[in-house]
Amino acid sequence: MRAQAKLGLFLLLSPLLLWLTLLILIPHVDMLLVSLRERIGVGQYQIGLGNYFTFFSEPLYLRTFLRTAVMSILATAITLLIAFPVSYYIAKMARGRVRSALFLLCLVPFWVSELVRTFGWMILLRETGIISNLLQILNLTDGPVELLYNDAAIMVGLVYTSMLFMVVPLVTTLESLPDEVIEAGYDLGGSGLSVLREIVIPHAMPGIVSGCIVVFMLSLGNYLTPTMLGGKDSLWFTELIYSQFIVRFNWELGAAFGFMLLILSSTIVWGMLKLTGQSLEKTMG
Amino acid sequence: MIPSIPRSRFLTASYTAYIVLFFIFLALPLVVVAVFAFNDSQFPSLPWEGFTWSWFFGDARPMIGVFHERPILRAIGTSAIVAVFVSILSVGVGLSNAFLFNRYRFPGQGILYVFMLLPLVIPGIVLGISILVASSRAAEGLWDMAQWDVAALRPGLTLVILGQFSFVATIATLVIAARLQKFDQTLEEAALNLGANRLTAVRTVTLPYLMPAMIGAFVVAFLMSFENFNTTLMLVGSDAPLTIAMFDRLKEGSTPLLNAVSLLLMLVSSGLALIMIFAQRRD
Repeated sequence: MRAQAKLGLFLLLSPLLLWLTLLILIPHVDMLLVSLRERIGVGQYQIGLGNYFTFFSEPLYLRTFLRTAVMSILATAITLLIAFPVSYYIAKMARGRVRSALFLLCLVPFWVSELVRTFGWMILLRETGIISNLLQILNLTDGPVELLYNDAAIMVGLVYTSMLFMVVPLVTTLESLPDEVIEAGYDLGGSGLSVLREIVIPHAMPGIVSGCIVVFMLSLGNYLTPTMLGGKDSLWFTELIYSQFIVRFNWELGAAFGFMLLILSSTIVWGMLKLTGQSLEKTMG
Repeated sequence: MIPSIPRSRFLTASYTAYIVLFFIFLALPLVVVAVFAFNDSQFPSLPWEGFTWSWFFGDARPMIGVFHERPILRAIGTSAIVAVFVSILSVGVGLSNAFLFNRYRFPGQGILYVFMLLPLVIPGIVLGISILVASSRAAEGLWDMAQWDVAALRPGLTLVILGQFSFVATIATLVIAARLQKFDQTLEEAALNLGANRLTAVRTVTLPYLMPAMIGAFVVAFLMSFENFNTTLMLVGSDAPLTIAMFDRLKEGSTPLLNAVSLLLMLVSSGLALIMIFAQRRD
């Protein structure tokens, strides 16, 4: 029986280990090694931090990196602000059928490819688009207005794209807060604001954290939205990685960029978890 | 603020208005994409030139519909093949992982579980380039050592499947593990008492119980693979899946053909989502 249990453990362990070693661990080690080599001649390399040095000494790279980080944090904050009242409404105000219907409606757009969603915003925002036409019909502007190709358009796209990943964890945690607890808060003399601050938000914290982590990751790693909705000046860090890898074929620098992105995302995710006293198992698992 | 606590009418009204606005915001891009699939014009924008089915069924230039546009049809086929492979792999590995973490206790389990979650917090594009780098180094190594040219290690569908699998597997694991957690193990013990061996007990009792979660995981994996862009972008070879093919066209300028493809995608994926909801609601 013990031997059988060992065999079972071994059989179940092997796919997991194969997956994590071959597709996650080794590729990342390889990427680190490639990022640490410098080209000194045709087919000749030496080990060094040259690629990282290039990253830090070139203002365009560093500026794009920081800009991507700041805009992703901003997108996460805006998504949270928009999603929280909606999730609260679905979890606590709506009842029965209405609640499930609203929740399903929130999910629908996200079963559609990100490409389609971005395409929709392009049709709406561009110079010949719906909103521009609408403004002209209402006589609010004289000529066509270009609403596409700027940072605000990127922001709209990012917030839209990641809305689901904020709403679902928020609704799930808010649903588990009993109405009686909120009532008790009011009975004890709390106002709407203090009940929100002292009861609802602390209770929703795991949901807020997991929502924020996912939304931040999706924004930071997004390539499609900034490329399609952003203009010439609104470069996203993933676009730099893509161009180093596919256009310039400079894998060494591209791998260093990839690593910087990984470090940035892990640091911010880790910081968010530490700041709120959550753990990855609890928020994701 | 809950329904049992009285509030001012103004507050209720503005809250409701906010919710309505939010859902308009959600629906707007999709509605626009769908509507302009029927515009009788070369561009998916105003003015409205009249209703047409040409972007679906048209077979003459300049209006070749989806069903006569070979490259798009081929891309849909490619995406479907990739998605099926990714889903089968992910559900298989996910099932194995779920049993591993639910039924066994072994040293290092906690760390392994966190490690298993990591693909969710690695940006998709980083997953893509790391697999690209590793596979091409492996290919170079094999060539240098034994003059083997392994086509599967060059950018192409095999790498796309592996790249998508590398993070979809985590999601499949979580979906299946969540249901296995709720399983009453005494049912399995009853089967053992009735003379079944371990494997039979799992096959006849536990697996049927897990079936809704497995179908759910399969559908989620299929959709995630079908819509994946970032990881695929870095690993794609000459056969482009649909999202990549559409992206290339969108860069050149869009015709309502793309709207028609998008509308079909919406219909298929909402259909799949409905199947999943019913599969999970059946019990």
